[in-house]
Amino acid sequence: MTRLLRNTVRLGVKELYSLSRDLVLVGLIAYTFTVAIYTVARGQQTELSNAVVSVVDEDRSVLSQRIRGALLPPHFRPAELIGLDALDRVLDSGRASFALDIPPGLQADVLAGRAPTIQLNVDATAMTLAGNGTRYISSIIQAEVADFLGRAEDQVAAPTTLTVRARFNPNLESSWFTSVMQVINNLTTLAVILSGAAVIREREHGTLEHLLAMPVRPAEIVLAKIWANGLVILLAAILSLTLVVQIGLGVPVAGSLWLFALGAGIYLFAITSLGVMLSTIATTMPQFGLLAIPVFVVLNLLSGATTPLESMPEPLRTVMLASPATHFVAFAQAVLYRDAGIGIVWPEMLTVGGLGGAFFVCALIRFRATIAAAR
Amino acid sequence: MRPDPAPTDPTPTEPGPTDPAPCIRLEGVSHRYGPTEALSDISLSLPPGGSLGLIGPDGVGKSTLLGLIAGIRRIQQGSVTVLGADLARADRRAAVSGRIAYMPQGLGRNLYPTLSVAENVDFFARLYGQSPQERARHIDELLDATGIAAFRDRPAGKLSGGMKQKLALCCALVHDPDLMILDEPTTGIDPLSRVQFWRLIDRIRARRPGMSLVVATAQMSEAETFDTIVALDHGRVLARGTAREIQEATGTATLDEAFVALLPTPVRAPTDAALPPRRAVDGPPAIEAEGLVKRFGDFTAVDRVSFRIEAGEIFGFLGSNGCGKTTTMKMLTGLLAPTEGEARVFGSPVTALGNDALGNDMRRRVGYMSQSFSLYAELSTRQNLDMHADLFALAPDRKRRRVAALLEQFDLGEVADARPDRLPIGVRQRLQLAVAMLHEPDMLILDEPTSGVDPIARDRFWDLLYDLSRNGGVTIFISTHLMEEVTRCDRVSLMHAGRVLAVGAPETLRAEQGAASLEEAFIRYLEQAEPPARESSASEPPQEAAPSPGRTSDAGPVGIFSPRRCWAFARREALELWRDPILLSFALLGPLILMLAMGYGISFDVDSLTYAALDQDRSRESRMFLRQLSSSPYFAEAPALSGFADLDRQMSAGRIALAVVVPPGFGRDLLAGHSPELAGWLDGANPVRAETIRGYLEAAFQGYLEEYAMTETGHAAALPPVTVETRFRYNQAFRSTDAIAPGVLMMLLIMIPAMLTALGVVREKELGSITNFYAAPVRRIEFLIGKQLPYIGVAMLSVACLLALMLGLFGVPFAGGPVALLAGALLYTTAATAFGLVVSTFVRSQIAAIFATAIIVMIPAVNFSGMMYPAAALEGAARVIGHGFPSLYFQNIATGVFNKGLDLARLYPNHLILAGFVAAYWVAASVLLRKQED
Repeated sequence: MTRLLRNTVRLGVKELYSLSRDLVLVGLIAYTFTVAIYTVARGQQTELSNAVVSVVDEDRSVLSQRIRGALLPPHFRPAELIGLDALDRVLDSGRASFALDIPPGLQADVLAGRAPTIQLNVDATAMTLAGNGTRYISSIIQAEVADFLGRAEDQVAAPTTLTVRARFNPNLESSWFTSVMQVINNLTTLAVILSGAAVIREREHGTLEHLLAMPVRPAEIVLAKIWANGLVILLAAILSLTLVVQIGLGVPVAGSLWLFALGAGIYLFAITSLGVMLSTIATTMPQFGLLAIPVFVVLNLLSGATTPLESMPEPLRTVMLASPATHFVAFAQAVLYRDAGIGIVWPEMLTVGGLGGAFFVCALIRFRATIAAAR
Repeated sequence: MRPDPAPTDPTPTEPGPTDPAPCIRLEGVSHRYGPTEALSDISLSLPPGGSLGLIGPDGVGKSTLLGLIAGIRRIQQGSVTVLGADLARADRRAAVSGRIAYMPQGLGRNLYPTLSVAENVDFFARLYGQSPQERARHIDELLDATGIAAFRDRPAGKLSGGMKQKLALCCALVHDPDLMILDEPTTGIDPLSRVQFWRLIDRIRARRPGMSLVVATAQMSEAETFDTIVALDHGRVLARGTAREIQEATGTATLDEAFVALLPTPVRAPTDAALPPRRAVDGPPAIEAEGLVKRFGDFTAVDRVSFRIEAGEIFGFLGSNGCGKTTTMKMLTGLLAPTEGEARVFGSPVTALGNDALGNDMRRRVGYMSQSFSLYAELSTRQNLDMHADLFALAPDRKRRRVAALLEQFDLGEVADARPDRLPIGVRQRLQLAVAMLHEPDMLILDEPTSGVDPIARDRFWDLLYDLSRNGGVTIFISTHLMEEVTRCDRVSLMHAGRVLAVGAPETLRAEQGAASLEEAFIRYLEQAEPPARESSASEPPQEAAPSPGRTSDAGPVGIFSPRRCWAFARREALELWRDPILLSFALLGPLILMLAMGYGISFDVDSLTYAALDQDRSRESRMFLRQLSSSPYFAEAPALSGFADLDRQMSAGRIALAVVVPPGFGRDLLAGHSPELAGWLDGANPVRAETIRGYLEAAFQGYLEEYAMTETGHAAALPPVTVETRFRYNQAFRSTDAIAPGVLMMLLIMIPAMLTALGVVREKELGSITNFYAAPVRRIEFLIGKQLPYIGVAMLSVACLLALMLGLFGVPFAGGPVALLAGALLYTTAATAFGLVVSTFVRSQIAAIFATAIIVMIPAVNFSGMMYPAAALEGAARVIGHGFPSLYFQNIATGVFNKGLDLARLYPNHLILAGFVAAYWVAASVLLRKQED
């Protein structure tokens, strides 16, 4: 047992040396956890923000002007006035996501109580924005018309009201979500590639065989790769969470970073084991690269870190339960946003650990098999 | 200092005024790698038709010098004129490179292992722009002349060492060069193949008397026949002249001795080669092999090999590369499990992999040194030793003592803190030996330990082996292809094509064949073992081969762009790809799997959202409201909440996404017209989901108001003063798959092609075949586009598969112009593969190439292209990145064609921008790609 520990530590330290000598790789890791987090969190707004609305104003009345003026930043860019003939073009080219067609005689019809119709054209290819934006624009128009008619009392007259508040992220700012989820996505990508490629490189350079001719067991080699690569990524991710996400982006992290680090450690064990497992299926670096892409893309995009789990069809959701990423994302959201304690998130941690154990055993069996089969 | 013999030779080596146009002229050439000086002020010249032998151990600058003459290495200082062209000028270099043939060091390093013999030669012929008839004739002629015609369809990787070198020679000769440069052509091949190789070179020279020849060799004896010999040491010329002149000047009988005598530092005379007699050691034999067989597929690498090695014996293993020596040794160390037969070490059977106690115990008694360098290039010399000491569990003081002793013994003290990848091969071999001996094992298994080690170091190494064997009782099992070393062993075994031809003491074997020398004896053994048909023509007289037809290839200016040469690269790359079906299937299946997963999985239609109610009123009115939620298809009801603490707990655990709270007295207040307030609490952890829930909740609440108005007042609530009629364009059904599938297509078409090309070039750098690009008269753009074409082909095949999936299985509507889509896909994949080439020019390792393409491509493709969220809403850096990457424009094309029903007339600006990206990446890759080594 002590020998297992000693060799594992020794080989892991060697791994850290190797990593620190590949400056391009170190640079890429740094990029992944800084620039790549910051630009995505800043640049990609999932809430309605800066939406472009083009308006065809066939009425040119006070009311139509008021409606146009009510589409305000930060949700909307100032409305652009276009002719009816340009309506198709702005939507086709993607320059505008919404096009509002205000019919002639709108104001007169409203005043006469004829309940006229305003047409809202929506580019439905951007589905999130389309849904939320439609709702926003409709309610803005309704409010503006009601205000115009001086019928603000209409609201009071409702027999009951509904107040909706969001917990954990009161203004539903998307950067709170994207930044942390991007850290998790990048962590996954990195863990799969680094651990697996480290094995392939040793095999291609003949150093793996050399190790095996010494009193070193395959388990020690695999464990060394797991802990060394996992540790580097864990440190980078925690640094990224504190320096880039909390300080740089100003996102408040509600929960305990220590608990998160513990869970991330377990998760990294699972994902690096998966990386080693993939490296035993591929025989060359290009094969490994092609094998790794589908794995980390699926782990990232279907884990609940990009789109909500609830939106996936039931069979796929069941399949994704076998992915440690799904459980880790649930864990991370609970800990970091909702300040959940270990009493709440232990089932996720246990599941990730169990899946990791299974990957590890598979990786080890496959690893031995490939060595035996190698030339 | 320099015992330079007077140039009495008819071919003067110093440039003189009488020499009309030397083939090679070097003046004041110096070269350094960082702080290390590899060459220092070298001047020499060679007349046309002359031959020059560079001798000296490894690491003295021979390869650097040859690289400079071949034009594949950048000249740092001095001038190099070859065939009248100044190699410092790129245009002159390009013009003359078609007349130079260069064969790099390392067995078949510039060959393509998965390509057949004929395909390898064919590629080189195409590279030099030969017509199909020329190629066919050249290939037949060369394969016949070198005697490998019988193996024309065998993959190069499966040839023996000697045959690989013959093939490499064919490849070098295919364009009828005027200057042939061979870097250690016979290192690692068996004595018979070596003799055959030199006979072949003699015949070729007889056929083409005008051709000059430059050869580097560490085996001094091979250089004896050359017109001029230049002895190099530490980047300086020690001596030059004919073999006889050098021997006379130093008063020695052989070149080997002459070289030792020339070295500036006095070297102790080598120990007498006679071995002290071996003391018999009790106990079982050190190694017993019985009928060992190893098969890889249908290839038998080792065929019924049996031998016995006594404890304390020095047992030599002689044979060419690829004859099964290494495989046999690996079976004895337990690295490979034998297919048949048994091996015993110190009386116990060898267990494959040895992860049990017995196996590990054996490993502690054995030191193994593999043939290729297999220590960590990233660790320093001392760190490598330290790490191995730890792995062998040496106690701290013993570790310190051993490491210090070995650094001293192997003369590694100076380089203790240097990293092995910066050290010459000879020094690295010493380090490997030191590591093998670190734990003072009872047996050493050494696979070609002295290849590349200079004669002096070799002598010292053998002294050490004698000492270990005779005084320490250590058994030594050593493989070699050097005849001098074989004579030093107690017994030797000659191996060929997987079989042991002879075993015995060197003297006995010589006597058995009645040969004058051991080398001759071995050649006879090999000739007896060879099937007579093989290499038949190799021993034929030269006139057998057709007379050389003279120059046939383009030797003039290289031209701006040659489609033929570009096609040579493309064809070869495609063949290699075709020979790797696993890679090809990954490249085609990966995208399909991803499309399936994403097309089904990514969706914006959120339903079955879990909510729970905290009903503090429990009246008819509150239940009416809650029924609105429970009957909605969007919501799934969780057990009712017991209180606010429960609400907190359930929401923290992520078990509910929404909690609705009905205040106490809600029904009463409602009826009384007090307008009570309902509350909804969203889990804001995922803002997109929260926004969606808010929308659904508000709709449900509106429904409740209407229902309430109907039941209470009997008529519907008043109509709003204006109606907003929403028209969802392009995706009327609001189907997520329709919206997301074009985006997935965009993502897949950049990630996979880019990674493939990025790896393609880095891999050639790592494996050595990039030399062919350096040495051949080709333009960078020809290489780059040639490299790209097969991958564009694969990507377009992938497009076809993905489209079939999208249209067939997902039923994504296809309303727009197919031409716009296909043209866009072609431009986009061309840009993607070109981007991969740009990446490959600055990354050094394959890991970095994979990583760089994955990370650099993924973010702009997924986040900033408009795939998930409209590109029009991007801000700041994200906007710049998004618009500065091809993904966004293909996303426009894909959604335009699939969802918006547009055609080329509306989408063409995107195509133009994509074409711009292709051009920009080509320019960047051409500028960044080096055509020479440093």
